Amino acid sequence: MASKTITLRVFRGDDKGGELVEYKVETFENMVVLDAIHKIQAEQDSSLACRWNCKAAKCGSCSAEIDGKPALMCKTQVHDCAGDSITVTPLRTFPLVKDLVTDVSWNYRMAAKIPPLTPTKETAGKPFNMQQIDVDRVQEFRKCIECFLCQNVCHILRDHERTDAFFGPRQMVRIASLEMHPMDSLNRREQLKGEAGVGFCNITKCCTEVCPESIHITDNAIIPLKERVVDDYYDPVRKGLIAIGLIKKRNKAPLSSVPNDLTKIIS
Amino acid sequence: MEAYETFEYDVLVIGAGGAGLRAVIAAREAGCSVGVVCKSLLGKAHTVMAEGGVAAALGNMKSLDGQNEPDSWKVHLTDTFKGGAFLNNPRTVEIFAKEAPERVLELEQYGAVFDRTPEGLIAERPFGGHKYRRLNHVGDRTGLELIRTVQDKAVGVGMSVHMEVTLTRLLTEDGRVVGAFGYHRDNGKFVVFRAKAFVLATGGWGRMYKFTSNSWEGTGDGLQMAYNVGAELMDMEMIQFHPTGMAWPPGMRGILVTEGVRGEGGILKNNKGERFMFNPDYTPALYKGQFAETPEEAARWLDDKKANRRPPELLPRDVVARAIYKEVEAGRGTEHKAVYLDVTHRGAEYIKRKLPSMYEQFHALGAVDITKEPMEVYPTIHYTMGGVWAEPEGCATSVPGLFAAGEVAAGLHGANRLGGNSLSDILVFGKRAGEGAAAFAKTAKLGKIDNAQIEEELGVLMAPLSATTGESPYAIHSELQETMQNDCMIARTEEGLSRALAKVEELKARAKTLKVSGGTAFNPGWHAARDIRFMLATSEIIVRCALQRKESRGAQWRLDYPSLDAEWGKKNLIATKGSDRVNIVERPITPMTDEIKAIIEEYK
Repeated sequence: MASKTITLRVFRGDDKGGELVEYKVETFENMVVLDAIHKIQAEQDSSLACRWNCKAAKCGSCSAEIDGKPALMCKTQVHDCAGDSITVTPLRTFPLVKDLVTDVSWNYRMAAKIPPLTPTKETAGKPFNMQQIDVDRVQEFRKCIECFLCQNVCHILRDHERTDAFFGPRQMVRIASLEMHPMDSLNRREQLKGEAGVGFCNITKCCTEVCPESIHITDNAIIPLKERVVDDYYDPVRKGLIAIGLIKKRNKAPLSSVPNDLTKIIS
Repeated sequence: MEAYETFEYDVLVIGAGGAGLRAVIAAREAGCSVGVVCKSLLGKAHTVMAEGGVAAALGNMKSLDGQNEPDSWKVHLTDTFKGGAFLNNPRTVEIFAKEAPERVLELEQYGAVFDRTPEGLIAERPFGGHKYRRLNHVGDRTGLELIRTVQDKAVGVGMSVHMEVTLTRLLTEDGRVVGAFGYHRDNGKFVVFRAKAFVLATGGWGRMYKFTSNSWEGTGDGLQMAYNVGAELMDMEMIQFHPTGMAWPPGMRGILVTEGVRGEGGILKNNKGERFMFNPDYTPALYKGQFAETPEEAARWLDDKKANRRPPELLPRDVVARAIYKEVEAGRGTEHKAVYLDVTHRGAEYIKRKLPSMYEQFHALGAVDITKEPMEVYPTIHYTMGGVWAEPEGCATSVPGLFAAGEVAAGLHGANRLGGNSLSDILVFGKRAGEGAAAFAKTAKLGKIDNAQIEEELGVLMAPLSATTGESPYAIHSELQETMQNDCMIARTEEGLSRALAKVEELKARAKTLKVSGGTAFNPGWHAARDIRFMLATSEIIVRCALQRKESRGAQWRLDYPSLDAEWGKKNLIATKGSDRVNIVERPITPMTDEIKAIIEEYK
């Protein structure tokens, strides 16, 4: 691809307001949107704020909305964008800090409430013996790079602004990775039903669509978690069988949450 | 004076990569209150870039005959010394090799989910310089797994995380570190941390090179903060060039191609299609007879690792990087001055399963399909072996109250690091640094903050915002990268290094008057103005040490002194801050104990 000049329309502003500002940028072969932003910083306006780290789609720092679509700037080729102008705006779901930077600390505060892996008595302190087939699913979830694009696009958080009631797809993936871990001993269903709010998800699969790691968030994480909650709390047949003593309640220890003040996220 | 917030902890950990977070866990488990400061968001540190695996001699792998490979900490120790060309600190290596397996198994308990062997144990893969399969891995995203695991564990044990804070100055009282000063990147407000002990875990400093696999964070501020309060820096000339950085397309320049590609059978070829690593001139005497000598044997090794020797593509990183450099210099490179790395013969299905993020990365970031076409690679700056000297038991630096672990620290890797040893390094010494700092904190009180030191640093920070004239930090950075790339890269000479030194001196003078626009709220230009001064100071130390070491050893390759020198092999270079210049002294390496000598004799 020969070098050509494109127009970048980048949001500039802070919580008091802002606007799209146009920059002309000369492209090079295989240029990604993050390269273009860096070129603006180095050559035109060094005060343009954006987050980035690895520039290899491994850290999940440079999330933005490119022509309205949530994506990683380091993973979006300039020549894949339609036309000669590209619009780059910050994630809309989170409070704006400046330009392309938003305050995503809420995600970390929710993560801190999820009880960590707690090995069963038999396996604690010993090397785990697990087959690959038993950890494939968990490994899919652990590919998550915490770019929070799924959180950004989730309509419970984005449009209904229910950060008070739903932890969001990212944390569902995390809970699923623990719930499906062969050596874990905890039960996170009370938390899922309660403060994590898995019931709010109505399976529109927008999160799955934007995941740069192609994690099947809805199908492999959220739906199985919903099924577990339904199983424990809403299945009438199961309730009846427990009532007449034919089956027992699950023997995993119920656990709601981690104390709020153990870890502080200060940003 | 500008207002600032103050926070107090028993232990402050600076840096939230693998080493920093492992230190948090250790200090917390020792009963301390712990704060951690990171320049980025939590969990985004450079640790995520580690791909191949974490080296620890678990001995889980079986040969075709059903026997376990006879790996042990003793073999790992021997390999680490050989890789480091015996510049390593013996006690550091001993602790490392012994404790690495325990640290890896502990990660599993914290929640890491490694790939499994058919027996259900952690799977280990071969890597350059390691005699047996020893890299415990999760596909090719081991670093991400590691940082997420210690991140979740650290959150679980409790800490205060200060995200997006850059520290620029350590504050001292009678030579002891008692505070740290810096700014919030988002709103530009200033902040002071007081603590009884400090752990420095700020990683490396590759950003002064043009071809680099480092992110923006690798500017060496942690190193410089320690240097500025009198810490001893060691082996600063030793910078690792990873042999396979992407050379084309330009947008991907410097991005790493994991050694795992070669571990899984990837081969290096020049523009004539020759597999040049079989050129016997490229195999150092220390490794003669230990690598496959024909492509047929190398191919058989993929399936039968016991009866065949490893392909020469898996020689240590410095060896492979030099070979690539020589091929390109001899005119046998690609049109983009690189060589080919080809793994297509392994088949699309195998590549996608064993190297999924490599496949994905090249496909998405560069529109390159590695299952169908070879990659173009050239050495890229990857890792800094040198750094702040830290004694191995509790990772104390030469400055009271300051501890160091991970890439910022020196002592373990000597003249060259083996792949996979960085991830076990950060676990073993992250833990020890956390414990060392906690023990120090238990006997210490909070010190007194000296406002004059803060005023001085504020002056440095604020000057570029009020300057009426001055240069752009980006322009100076770009010139520095050009200089370091051309004259202090993989092949070094007296002439080139002297040229680099003169240029760095010139840039230092010019960087005294910088000018940036905007204010202190999330202003990358303003951040760059402080970073560039750190990078210039570090560059000067690197160049001076490289000039002084008149031999070729590990990562230090002097065209004018092309051989190992036995005398130089007995000493490290130590750099400290003088009143107006860098002081560099030669210090004898701690002698090996007879026990370690015997181990190396047996396993070399």
